[in-house]
Amino acid sequence: MNRRNFIKIVSFGGVLTVASKMTLDAFADAHKGNGKAVKRWAMIIDTKKCAEQENCTKCMDACNTIHNIPHFDNKKDEVKWIWKEKFEHAFITSENPYLSEKINKRQIPLLCNHCDNPPCTEVCPTQATWKREDGIVMMDWHRCIGCRYCIAACPFGSRSFNWRDPRENIENLNEAFPTRTKGVVEKCTFCDERIARGQIPACVEACEAKAMHFGDLNDANSELRKILVNNFSIRRKPELGTSPEVYYLV
Amino acid sequence: MLEKAFTGSKKYWAWIIFLLVIIGISFIFYLKQFSIGLTVTGLSRDVSWGFYIAQFTFLVGVAASAVMVVLPYYLHNYKAFSKITILGEFLAIGAVIMCMLFIFVDMGQPLRILNVFLHPTFHSMMFWDSVSLFGYLVLNVLISMVTLGAEKNGVPPPHWIKPIIIFSIPWAVSIHTVTAFLYSGLAARPFWMSAIMAPRFLATAFAAGPALLLLIIFILRKITKFNVGKEPVQKLAVIITYAMILNVFFLLLEMFTAYYSGITEHTLHFKLLYTGLEGNNTLVPYMWTSMILAIISLYFLINPKTRHNEKILAFSCAAVFLSIWIDKGLGMIVAGFIPNPLGEVVVYNPTLTELMISLGVYAIGALIITGLYKIVLTARNQIKYKL
Repeated sequence: MNRRNFIKIVSFGGVLTVASKMTLDAFADAHKGNGKAVKRWAMIIDTKKCAEQENCTKCMDACNTIHNIPHFDNKKDEVKWIWKEKFEHAFITSENPYLSEKINKRQIPLLCNHCDNPPCTEVCPTQATWKREDGIVMMDWHRCIGCRYCIAACPFGSRSFNWRDPRENIENLNEAFPTRTKGVVEKCTFCDERIARGQIPACVEACEAKAMHFGDLNDANSELRKILVNNFSIRRKPELGTSPEVYYLV
Repeated sequence: MLEKAFTGSKKYWAWIIFLLVIIGISFIFYLKQFSIGLTVTGLSRDVSWGFYIAQFTFLVGVAASAVMVVLPYYLHNYKAFSKITILGEFLAIGAVIMCMLFIFVDMGQPLRILNVFLHPTFHSMMFWDSVSLFGYLVLNVLISMVTLGAEKNGVPPPHWIKPIIIFSIPWAVSIHTVTAFLYSGLAARPFWMSAIMAPRFLATAFAAGPALLLLIIFILRKITKFNVGKEPVQKLAVIITYAMILNVFFLLLEMFTAYYSGITEHTLHFKLLYTGLEGNNTLVPYMWTSMILAIISLYFLINPKTRHNEKILAFSCAAVFLSIWIDKGLGMIVAGFIPNPLGEVVVYNPTLTELMISLGVYAIGALIITGLYKIVLTARNQIKYKL
C-alpha cells in the first residue's frame, strides 16, 4: 500500500466514524422521549422591599459562600452569580429621563434569568449548558471548553468566566459544593442542589426583607402566581423574546 | 513532494529560522497563558472576546478568498489564473490553520476542544463553523496536492477531482457565511445583529484576500523567477476593486440603518468606533485610519491609469489589506461588546502576551505558506537563485 492509498483509507474511515456517531446520537435523542414538565421554577424580586434595606448584601453573601465564588479585587477577573445594579442599568430599555431619582438609583439584584428560550444554551457547541425540563438553565463545568460563546449570547450579562484559578481566592471553602477550575464559564443555577433537597435558593432564604420569592409558575395556586396576578411586574429586555423567568415588582 | 520544502538557499533558511524563533518566543508566552489562565489577556467579563477572535474572523476571510482564483479558473476556464490558482489554495490552507490556532489559543480549556466533535450540537453555529473550517482544509489539501502532483508529472489532473473542486467553491462561501452567523444571530449584541454581516464579510474577504495574494505575487517576482505576467495581476486588481467598493457600500448601508432609524443601541457602537463613547476613544484613530485607507485605495483602484501602474497597485493592495484588517481585526468584535448588556462603557486593550501569542500564530501561518510555496516553485523549477 502506498502513502496515498493509506491516507485515502484512513480519511474515509474517519468520515464514516463521525457520520455514524452523529446518526446514532440522533436516534438516541429521538428515543429519549419527553417526560412531562411538572414544574417551572421562577423568581419574583420586590425591588421596593429590597431597596428599603439599603446596602444590604445578605442574598449575595449567602450565594457567594455556599457556591465557593472567588473574590478578586480587580473588576477584570470578577465572577458573580447574583449582584446589584442601578435600575437604569438593570432595565436599560426602560430608559426615562424623568423617572424619579429614587427609582433610577434603586439597586436591583440581578442573576441568571433562567429564560424560557435561553440564547446561551442555543449557542453552546458542547451542550455544556442546557435548559432542564423544570426551566433551570444548567452548567456542566467538566464539559465546558471555555469558548465564552454563551457570554456573548446572554443579553443580561449574567455569565462569568474563570479568567484565573478561582480556588486561590475563595475566602471560606464550602466542601459540600464543588469549586471550579480556571477556563470555564459559570453562573447562577437557581441553587439546583438545594432544590433537589426540597430547599429554596440560598438568596431567597437569606433575604430578611422577604423581597424575594421562589416557586413553581406551573402551579396556578402558587404564591408566585398570586403575586404576579395582584401586582405590576416587569422583566428585563422582554422584547428580545428570551422570556426571562425572574420577575421584578417596581 | 514535501521534501522540497526542506532544501533551499541560505536566504530561505534564514527566513525559516527567523519564523521559528518568533514561534519559539511566542510559545513561551502561550505557556504562561496556559498555566495562569486567560487573565493574562486584556479580556474581561464584559469584553469576553477580543484580539484572538478578531484575528480568527479576519483570517477566515483570507481563507475563503481562494475562491476568487479557483472560480474563474475552474468554472470559467480562465487560463490566465493557471499559475496562481495553487497559490490561492495554499494561502487558504495556511489561513485556515491560523484560524484554528486562534480559536485554540482563545479557549479557556483548550485540552477539551474535541468536545465539539464528541458532542456534536447542531443548533450551535460554532459547531457548524468547526465543520466548515475542517472541511475546507481537507478540500484544499486534497485539491492542491492532486492538481500539483498531476502538474509535476506533466499530466492533466484526474477527472474525479473536478466535481470536488466545483464543490469547494460554495464551500468557501459557506465558511465565511457561517462565521458571520456566529455573530449575526445574537439578539444580545445589536451591533452584530445585521443581515448584511455575511455579505459584508464576503466582500471584505474577497478584497483583503486577493490583495494579500497580489502582494505575495509581487514579492515572489522580486525574489524568485516566478512571474505570472500582467494579465492575472490586472484581473485580480479588478476583483479587489469591485469587492472593496461593495465593502464600503455595505458599511454605508449599516450606518444608514443605524443613524436614520436612530435606534440608540445601534448608533452607540458606531459612536464608540468613530467618535468615542463616554471617554472611550481607544478605537477612534484606528477606525479613521481604516476609513482613509479605504478611500485612498478606492481612488487608486477605480482609476484605470493608477490601477495599471503596478507600483501604485501594490500600495493600493497594502492599503486595502490594512484597512480591512483594522475594521475586522480590531474594531468589529470589540465594538459588539461595548457598551455591555447593562449599558456600561468599558475599555479593552490587548496585552503584550496576547499580541505575542497572536504574532506566533501568524508566524506559524507564514511558515506553512512559505513551505507550501517553496514546493510549488521547486516543482515548477522556477527558482531564480536556487532558493
